[in-house]
Amino acid sequence: MRKTWLTPGGVHPPENKQQSLTQPIGELPIPDRLVVPLSQHIGAPSIACVKVGDCVLKGQKIADSAGSVSVAVHAPTSGTITAIEARPVAHSSGMTAPCIEISNDGLDQWIASEGIADFEHTSPSALLSVITEAGIAGMGGAGFPTAVKLNPGFQRPIDTLIINATECEPYITADDALIRERAEEIIEGVRILSHILGNPSNILIGIEDNKPEAIAALRPHIQDTGISLVSFPTKYPSGGEKQLIYILTGKELPSGQIPADIGTVCVNIGTIYAIKRAVVDAQPLISRVTTVTGKACAINRNYNVLIGTAVSHLLQHNNFDQQACSRVVMGGPMMGFSLTSEDVPIVKTSNCILAPIYQEIPEDEPAQPCIRCGMCAEVCPASLLPQQLFWYSQAKDHDRLQAHNLFDCIECGACSYVCPSNIPLVQYYRNSKGEIKTAQQEKVKSDHARERFEFHKQRIEQAEQEREAKRAARREAAKQAKSTTAGSGSAADIVAAAQARAAAKKLNPEQQQAKLERAVASAEMRTQKAQEKLDSATANNDTEEKLNVFSAALTAAQQKLDQAKARLAEHK
Amino acid sequence: MAFKQITSPHAHAAQNTAKVMQLVLWSTIPGLLALSWHFGWGALINILLATITAVLSEALIIKLRKRSVRFYLSDYSAVVTAVLLGLALPPLCPWWVVVTGSLFSIVIAKQLFGGLGYNPFNPAMVGYVVLLISFPVQMTTWVTPLALLPEGISHPDIIESFRIVLGVSIPVDGVTGATPLDSFKYALGLTADQIYQQDPLFSRAKFASVGWEWVNLGFLVGGIIMLASRLFTWHGPVAMLATLALLSVIFWDGGSSQSPGSPLMHLLSGASMMGAFFILTDPVSSAVSNRGRLVYGALIGFLVYIIRAWGNYPDAVAFAVLLANFSAPLIDNYTLPRTYGHTDRRRATEKVED
Repeated sequence: MRKTWLTPGGVHPPENKQQSLTQPIGELPIPDRLVVPLSQHIGAPSIACVKVGDCVLKGQKIADSAGSVSVAVHAPTSGTITAIEARPVAHSSGMTAPCIEISNDGLDQWIASEGIADFEHTSPSALLSVITEAGIAGMGGAGFPTAVKLNPGFQRPIDTLIINATECEPYITADDALIRERAEEIIEGVRILSHILGNPSNILIGIEDNKPEAIAALRPHIQDTGISLVSFPTKYPSGGEKQLIYILTGKELPSGQIPADIGTVCVNIGTIYAIKRAVVDAQPLISRVTTVTGKACAINRNYNVLIGTAVSHLLQHNNFDQQACSRVVMGGPMMGFSLTSEDVPIVKTSNCILAPIYQEIPEDEPAQPCIRCGMCAEVCPASLLPQQLFWYSQAKDHDRLQAHNLFDCIECGACSYVCPSNIPLVQYYRNSKGEIKTAQQEKVKSDHARERFEFHKQRIEQAEQEREAKRAARREAAKQAKSTTAGSGSAADIVAAAQARAAAKKLNPEQQQAKLERAVASAEMRTQKAQEKLDSATANNDTEEKLNVFSAALTAAQQKLDQAKARLAEHK
Repeated sequence: MAFKQITSPHAHAAQNTAKVMQLVLWSTIPGLLALSWHFGWGALINILLATITAVLSEALIIKLRKRSVRFYLSDYSAVVTAVLLGLALPPLCPWWVVVTGSLFSIVIAKQLFGGLGYNPFNPAMVGYVVLLISFPVQMTTWVTPLALLPEGISHPDIIESFRIVLGVSIPVDGVTGATPLDSFKYALGLTADQIYQQDPLFSRAKFASVGWEWVNLGFLVGGIIMLASRLFTWHGPVAMLATLALLSVIFWDGGSSQSPGSPLMHLLSGASMMGAFFILTDPVSSAVSNRGRLVYGALIGFLVYIIRAWGNYPDAVAFAVLLANFSAPLIDNYTLPRTYGHTDRRRATEKVED
């Protein structure tokens, strides 16, 4: 058996996984309307490429990927586009975001397409574009565009591919169910990834030992493939990317770096399955396995849910009892977020809908004072001091928070889980992270403004200095001149000095000729103008007086022209 | 349909502060039993008086601070402080000593600093030290252990004990005497062996000193219960006891007249075990990280030993704990754990460049 490493901390909350695994993955009737958000991934939101009123087929692209860190979006069934507008989406803030609404035509008709059976002879770059075009983003929770992750560049060679089948959160069984039923397709997906990454030397499937059926389902398919199936003791949060990398390789991901920096790529099981479907079967990501669980639902089960299906649709089909339900959570009980509305759609990252009753997950009790018991520090998987972070978070002491490595907190919630004083620690950390980020942005802004101001000040000072230098030079010259005058005193010297100045002013012959020529030309011009004025005055029958003035001006101009001509002739 | 918005995590372990405090109270039982067996009803009366005073004064202050009395009293922290003070005070000491100490612990050392979680010093030890300095006579008069009572004399029964505590009656001759650490300290000019042979407090003991050894072992059992329940980690207590043992081995010097006493005497006399498991483990006033708690525990062990050996007081747990409480924030600055993904541990005071 392969060696595994033990992470610090961790907790063992009740698993509650059995109840949703009693039946195979089910299908739900397609709802009348599907609401597909344009931003289901990290990165730029996709750009709609259909209009209201368009008819689309199942699997047809309805939004293009917008740039390098983005993916496409596809119609989950055939029908008509009935709206492109902001709708409530699954987000902890309860916000709205642009969505495309499709009215189901009941035909569920696929668009024609052809898959790549022989992926081993297809270039990785072609496969990567298939993955982007199929709309695949990490389905474990973050939703990072998978093709970007699989293309770390030649300067970051990948030697380890980790398949995350940990699923360490209580209640969630989507990956477990998927492995039990589609192990062969998953392994094919792993082979596609391996090909794209240039066949890394280690391919590890990490799975917790509480999934013996899934392990048994995978085992026959990995024989002679070079893929290692590594099971390790169940502990939350072993499925965190950083934790899993350590458990499987003993390597820590340095703070602030991504797995590719240490030659590792980590991909979730659901994503692998989606890649296989996209590449081999030419089916874009339009559905995913989602666990519907919690005692407020009479049926607990995994479903293959179309993206865009409303949460209410799922709940209704599982006999949801709203009166008994304490909250509706998207995701698991440790890191999931509560929904403020059941009208939000299932998206690519929705692995679980948890609807517990009050006995399962009661209302939060009021927080008591922190007694610094340190139970939080004992369970922290990142070896932080949560009690100190809480203290400094309350005090808004950003320096201390950063010295205590606040940003290495993965918000797994283990600290809040064990806190005997019921303090919502993770909420404090999220808040402080937000505050620090805002403060840093403001600092950048104010630094920029200060730099600009300082540059402005510097420029003004420089200009002032230059002026001052000129003034000083003039003063110096004046003094010099004065002292020369005072020093010599005799008339001869003054004359000599004046002659010297005149000599200095004297132009060379060509310049002088040009000057004289210009003078002749302008005198000619003036004479001509004076003549014109006199002519027009004569034609208009102006007064005698005016005619006299003009004729005098003409005579004067003619005289000046003669003089200029004489000087030019003399010069020559 | 709208649902309530609640942040993750949604699941919560069944632990709560009241349960933690209750477990501490249960864990005092072995020590309390030993104390009551060897020294009579006094300890229970101390605990009763201290608890009543502590709970009433805590309620009063919470009311003055316009907080929910029910909510804050239900954490049992006032009871824990009172019980620890009651256990530390001499059995059969006058009622007003207990009441003064308890009031001081709750009102001054705890509530005036902001209540539970905000007190920089261990409240029970603040109360104890105030009493020790103010009323040295009452605080150094101990009851004679059961095994050493003179022929025909027994510990006063519960009624008589109350009368003594209330000052209505005075104890019979021979019921009170010195503590082993006292005896040892003031037996001048004798070698350690001579003291151990001549003083019945030592000579009739099984391991260290009559009665006291069992009280200490009782607290050790309670401490192991709490350790097993993961109320605290081993770092603080083990560091303190190890430092105390190590120093008493180093300075034992074969038991000359200058010797500060044997390691066993130091570990099993006075408040050693109670201090190690019930006092220095108070998380509020101690260092926070495991590494910090090693330093903190070792500092207490060191201070206990030097005060016992060369100071004016026969025992020193209260002083040592208070001095270490002072140092805890400093210790915290230098004992941060190494975070995942970092090569070095950082300092809490490190300035972040951004």
